[in-house]
Amino acid sequence: MAGRAAGRVRAAGSLLEIAVNVAKRHVAWVRLSHWALAVGVVTLAVSGFLILMVHPRLYWGQVGNDLTPAFLELPISNNHRPDGWETAVTFSGLTTAPISANRTYEIFNENGWARSLHFLAGWLLVAAGMFYVAGGVVTGHLKRDLLPRVRDLAPRALWRDLKAHLRSPSGDAARDAPYGALQRGAYAGVALIALPFMVLTGLSMSPAVTAAYPFLTDLFGGHQSARTLHFLGFSVLVLFVLVHLAMVALTGFRRQMRAMIMGN
Amino acid sequence: MKTISMPRRAFLTGVASSAGVALAGCTQTEPPTYGNLLRMGDLLTYKAHRFLLPARSLAREYDRSEISSAPAIGTTNPADSSQPFFNPEYGETYGRLIKGQFADWRLTVEGNVSRPSTFSLADLKRMPSRTQITRHTCEEGWSSIAEWTGVPLRRVLEAAGIQPDARYVQLYAYDRFGDGIDMFDALHPQTILAYGMNGRDLPIGHGAPVRLRVERQLGYRSLKFVRRIVVTSEFQDDGTIAAGWSWYAGI
Repeated sequence: MAGRAAGRVRAAGSLLEIAVNVAKRHVAWVRLSHWALAVGVVTLAVSGFLILMVHPRLYWGQVGNDLTPAFLELPISNNHRPDGWETAVTFSGLTTAPISANRTYEIFNENGWARSLHFLAGWLLVAAGMFYVAGGVVTGHLKRDLLPRVRDLAPRALWRDLKAHLRSPSGDAARDAPYGALQRGAYAGVALIALPFMVLTGLSMSPAVTAAYPFLTDLFGGHQSARTLHFLGFSVLVLFVLVHLAMVALTGFRRQMRAMIMGN
Repeated sequence: MKTISMPRRAFLTGVASSAGVALAGCTQTEPPTYGNLLRMGDLLTYKAHRFLLPARSLAREYDRSEISSAPAIGTTNPADSSQPFFNPEYGETYGRLIKGQFADWRLTVEGNVSRPSTFSLADLKRMPSRTQITRHTCEEGWSSIAEWTGVPLRRVLEAAGIQPDARYVQLYAYDRFGDGIDMFDALHPQTILAYGMNGRDLPIGHGAPVRLRVERQLGYRSLKFVRRIVVTSEFQDDGTIAAGWSWYAGI
């Protein structure tokens, strides 16, 4: 009798263990939004890079073009050729002495499809992002798992978390511990700051949207400033994706992929 | 011939298909997607802008001190047969127009108007003008600011007696670029047929003698070297969509 009871307790114990183990690490709506956002971000990055190749110069302020000095020139295409312009003509009677010149060479330009693809992926990103943030607020996922807690933000706690990551990135994740401060900061920062920032700087380049909402242009210091900031945001997001993928690989690629695809 | 045979063929297809889906094709009222996912995205953006953004909003106008250098790209002389968008049908005519300093240039306005008309440059300059300092935003990524002087397109359309069923305005140039805008942009106060740039006649590189300015769309919708305007009640692909570009370029 006693033996059978003990067996029952053991069975109950192992059942509990199994129940804990199969508990979804990522619930379905989180997985769905994760992959929709992933497809959106990768498509936006690739098409955005193609768009940038067409004019690989960045400026600050309202305007900037091949005839004005650049803030940053990127060596990603041969589209800026100062010697490829017909003799410049000055517009007389203007204090700033702007010039006009005719371009004489053909440029690399795949913007016909790259731009349309960029905006199509933009719609996907906005839809998935709104779904994700709304879901995060409604279920409490955002507050519980993502927003950094005040006590995590103490310099000592952050330093400890950073050291732990550098020493053994697989430690916490292997035990499926709650996200640390750096992880929370990175995910919440991307979802709530970086991606909305990309949408806003992107819209600030639209002639129709800025006609309707002129404050957008002012918010980022001008049309070309918005473009430069859009590129800066892109660089930060590329860095995030690289670190994110590195962490996934270091903490067990198969296990992590299974968790984000199957849920456990 | 093409425009005459189209409705008949569409009518026959319409009779043949009880669903009437094919029949819808003969009254094309919006940009077609040709089943292409990218074009569906373009259409979604166009619809969203028209639905969500106020129709009367004005593009920002700048101060004279903000006028910047302005690259001239695409066709910079329609008479130059070495340029990629040279139009053999009109290139030579354009060369003659340059020699006569555009005195012989004529703009025809036809289609869904009660008085199909022809305007000379002097005719346009006699009409009420509008001067605006606006930003040219190129799809390539650069931008420039210039002062544009011209006659509001609305005035020209009204002078020709635009009819109530008009939905689109198609524009034809001396090169092989085409253009088409809807009535929201065509009747917009900042949509002008510009003949002046930065206080001078419009330079050839920027579209002399007359170019369109559509300030709430990207630069490629502001057609240079305009020669003909056709008002339509149906959507017509001006070549933009067929070339793989978005017809609407508000973003």
